[in-house]
Amino acid sequence: MQSDVFRSARGIANWLDPASTLGIMAVAVALLMIGGRFDLSAGVMTGTTALVVAIVAVEFEQNIWVAIAVSLGVALLLGFFNGWLVTRTGLPSFIITLGTFLMLQGLNLGMTKYLTGTVTAGGLASVPGYASAEWVFASRMTVLGAEVRVAVLWWVLFTALATWVLLRTRFGNWVFATGGDEVAARNVGVPARRTTITLFMTTATAAWFVGTTLAVRLTSVQANTGTGQELIYIVAAVIGGCLLTGGFGSAIGASLGALIFGMTQLGIPYLRWDADWFYFFLGAMLLLAVLANRLVRRYAEAARR
Amino acid sequence: MTPLPARPTTDAPLLELRDVGKDYGSVIALDGVSTTVRAGEVTCVLGDNGAGKSTLIKILAGVHRADRGQLLLDGRPADFGSPREALDAGIATVYQDLAMIPLMAIWRNFFLGAEPTKGRGPFRRFDAATAKETTRRELAAMGIDIRDPDQPVGTLSGGERQSVAIARAVHFGARVLILDEPTSALGVKQAGVVLRYVARARDRGVGVVLITHNPHHAHPVGDRFLVLNRGRSLGSFAKADVSRDELTRLMAGGAELDQLAHELERPAT
Repeated sequence: MQSDVFRSARGIANWLDPASTLGIMAVAVALLMIGGRFDLSAGVMTGTTALVVAIVAVEFEQNIWVAIAVSLGVALLLGFFNGWLVTRTGLPSFIITLGTFLMLQGLNLGMTKYLTGTVTAGGLASVPGYASAEWVFASRMTVLGAEVRVAVLWWVLFTALATWVLLRTRFGNWVFATGGDEVAARNVGVPARRTTITLFMTTATAAWFVGTTLAVRLTSVQANTGTGQELIYIVAAVIGGCLLTGGFGSAIGASLGALIFGMTQLGIPYLRWDADWFYFFLGAMLLLAVLANRLVRRYAEAARR
Repeated sequence: MTPLPARPTTDAPLLELRDVGKDYGSVIALDGVSTTVRAGEVTCVLGDNGAGKSTLIKILAGVHRADRGQLLLDGRPADFGSPREALDAGIATVYQDLAMIPLMAIWRNFFLGAEPTKGRGPFRRFDAATAKETTRRELAAMGIDIRDPDQPVGTLSGGERQSVAIARAVHFGARVLILDEPTSALGVKQAGVVLRYVARARDRGVGVVLITHNPHHAHPVGDRFLVLNRGRSLGSFAKADVSRDELTRLMAGGAELDQLAHELERPAT
């Protein structure tokens, strides 16, 4: 039976892999959604950061760690820009980040073509410092006879960290409050603006981490990397219980959402079903999750007045 | 209700208003208003819609500055430039919308914006155990029976939410507690619950300013009554000097109410 392979250590390692990079992003996006905002530029930002790593290291002949640091700087700036614009204008984050999403998509393609002459930035493997970067971002280890990528470990770590921040720090309290009712939060002294900007910068940092992982793993980066992923992150967060209206959700839930995504993505071919149906199942799961979320919200507001 | 043995009453009132007035452009919103708020007493501000109650709150809470008259805090002239300054002086305002997040637990709401922490540097964290324990204790001290501080505020009734907001203000050191129409949106029973907590806060030595348009709520709990009508004071009365019916008549503008009663009478056939 194919499902035996699916359940084996090697099978699990197979579907943990796509779940891990998605999971890191889903956790950051979940924090942002609990804070009441969306980031549509999160997907394309993984491409931008990956391209910056590849281009700075290869075209500008820098040590890969320098390239990774530059990429982090770019990500933090982009995150700050998103957050600053959203808090400054009071416009829906959906529109603001749709704007940055499209701009980055164009910038990724334009700059890559301009600097490399092709739509791919590659040749990372021969750059100084690559070995240590590979160890951090793309090494593999053997667990129970199966090869597991280090990204899975990072994913677990980030999920634990995000959970701790959400539930056990002042900042976490502010995230829930800002997403739950921004005006009320501000009235009792929560720095809602700073919280929002920090959340956007966190999402951008996660995008940097995933982008760097992709660049180091593949050693070459396509200019369209990450485009379209932003909605998958949101889907994973929502399947994991985040409310679209903000103020409710969890990091662990988002990770489980990513896990379900990975299992479905690889489970369908294992079952010898047509992989074309994947998005159908994803959509169905999303609808079910949203319906379940509605029940949660109803319960929480049931006795209101 | 078991009042604390000795109510701390000093000679100088906590807060005193002397001929306070406020204009919005050419409209006189408030004029010649005087009253006192003493520790361990409830001063009720009564008035119909448009009487100037909200303007008065805003002056006390530091949102607006008075254009005329004087505000004395502990017998000394005070001037609040912002809500923060009023809050630092110990004047806390509980507005109708309460500033609570429905989806968050009671204890998280209780400490929102002023979370206790423990640990240092990157390990500095929200001291959840202390927060929960303090919330439970403070609510119990106010006689508020909450089944579980972990339940979301959204599951509380309107009266319970008011009570939690009052307990929060008292915990964070309010000496003067301003309550903006705390009973207006509530049923009879819930309003009674809130009034009981107002009395509790009073018994703990807080000076309470209760704003309402309902003399039936104000009279049982109040020690002093300031009646406003169209921005002007109709007088500030001690409880002994005024009955509930007189209050009702004053609020509605006395003669106007008689006129209305006359109009509504069945014509003699």
